[in-house]
Amino acid sequence: MDYFLELFLGGLTRGSIYALIALGYTMVYGIIELINFAHGEIYMIGAFTALIAASVLAIMGFGPVPILFLAMLLAILYSCAYGYTLEKIAYKPLRHSNRLAPLISAIGMSIFFQNYVLLAQTSDFLPFPSLLPEVPFLEPYAYIIRSSEIFIILTTLVVMVLLSLLIRFTRIGKAMRATAQDRTMAMLLGVDVNRVISVTFVIGSAMAAIGGVLIASHIGQINFYIGFIAGIKAFTAAVLGGIGSIPGAVLGSLVLGWTESFATGYISSDYEDVFAFGFLVLILIFRPAGLLGKTAAQKV
Amino acid sequence: MTALLSTTHLTMDFGGLRAVDEVNLEVRQQEIVALIGPNGAGKTTLFNCITGLYRPTSGDIFVQAPGAAPKRINGLKPNQVTALGLARTFQNIRLFPHMTVLENVMIGRHCRTTSNILGAVLKDRHTRREEQETVAFSYRLLEKVHLDRYVNELARNLPYGAQRRLEIARALATEPFLLLLDEPAAGMNPLETRELDDLITRIRNEMGIAILLIEHDMKLVMNISDRIFVMEYGKEIAVGTPLEIRSNPRVIEAYLGADSHA
Repeated sequence: MDYFLELFLGGLTRGSIYALIALGYTMVYGIIELINFAHGEIYMIGAFTALIAASVLAIMGFGPVPILFLAMLLAILYSCAYGYTLEKIAYKPLRHSNRLAPLISAIGMSIFFQNYVLLAQTSDFLPFPSLLPEVPFLEPYAYIIRSSEIFIILTTLVVMVLLSLLIRFTRIGKAMRATAQDRTMAMLLGVDVNRVISVTFVIGSAMAAIGGVLIASHIGQINFYIGFIAGIKAFTAAVLGGIGSIPGAVLGSLVLGWTESFATGYISSDYEDVFAFGFLVLILIFRPAGLLGKTAAQKV
Repeated sequence: MTALLSTTHLTMDFGGLRAVDEVNLEVRQQEIVALIGPNGAGKTTLFNCITGLYRPTSGDIFVQAPGAAPKRINGLKPNQVTALGLARTFQNIRLFPHMTVLENVMIGRHCRTTSNILGAVLKDRHTRREEQETVAFSYRLLEKVHLDRYVNELARNLPYGAQRRLEIARALATEPFLLLLDEPAAGMNPLETRELDDLITRIRNEMGIAILLIEHDMKLVMNISDRIFVMEYGKEIAVGTPLEIRSNPRVIEAYLGADSHA
């Protein structure tokens, strides 16, 4: 039972990280119907920013908690700047062209970011300091769950609640929903759609950066390639849940996290990806639109 | 009387097809103008040019808000045109189906409000007051179109006639001085059409908003229009009062064909 619980919580942790990234994919898709393949790289850039910031702050003599918050804040700001610029440079000029053009542009930006960080930093794995606080009273249960995992799950939960409040109740949230449902009509009602798209990229980037810092701190090392792998997994999760659907992205991420965790725990860690993607294939055969996705209505 | 909207030699080409050809249209303050013509005459294209969805090939569009200087609006984005004071509806219903009735109207307030994300997080006085005002304003509009009992219903669950009225309320939420309606009576039954007739007249009389409408229901057009503007093959073929248009031989020919006129 303890073993099951450990795998369950491990899967929940993985799923939480996937969800933070998957939301960026699904929100962008919901608004401009683009798979932003460079999104994983934004997450990687967030982790690198946090590493650099944490190193500098440690030299300056800050304690662990201020380092965590400042490094997280800088990672968010830096990633948001990247996400915003990415959209303006690589996607906005292509908005009225063939749907394949921005997709190719996205793949290009993904490769560009990976190689840029490879050249500017290093190709080696870099050790990442453990920024997440250890909670002493949890130590007896460390064989089931680490306190960093609890921290990841709770942070994700808070971010999700804030996001859903933002989308449901605020002026910009309403504009985002309207733009996703009918972009032309939103424009005609006075919504500045370019701004809504920018805000969507910025929010997605901020969540990816949070995910990047959390997972880097949990695993303890990063390199330029982590964004690609995490991006593919989160994209899978978004498709699994139904791309374009926000609850779908969260559900898909959790399902994927658990599938991987249980496959690793009960069968073999070699089969982790086989089960994750095998499950995706099964879902897509029986529910092509994903778990919570709507079959796309033909626009007249 | 100043013209709220005027187009001069407005032309729109799609490749080799001239959909709108040198059109000079004018809508004055407090006026209800109908734009009629056979299918494919270029009426909706003209609307799309005016509201910024298309950039006209040549010619100019001027908008003059009451008490302001005329402004050339060619090439402005649709949201900028809306911010100036023009609002429109479409031939087919284009509500946001997964939002509530109230939320649909609140979206129309977007360009008249200023709260940003920071305000949403901090919930400062300005943001809170603005939110309350937006809800109150939207609710009053829903009362005007008799939809106040549906406020929290999803838009897609409303009956057809109510969806049409909601579209008009949503357009009014942008506080336009000129409202462009594209076939508002399409698909309505005679009772709904009569209510619409009444609603359009009330919008003009009570709110002082000028109206430009595309419509095929001739009874509605003849009833409410001050002036009628007739298009055929992208060209303007007649303009005048309902009485003049009814007896204009060019118009009869366009609608019934040259043979039947003989």
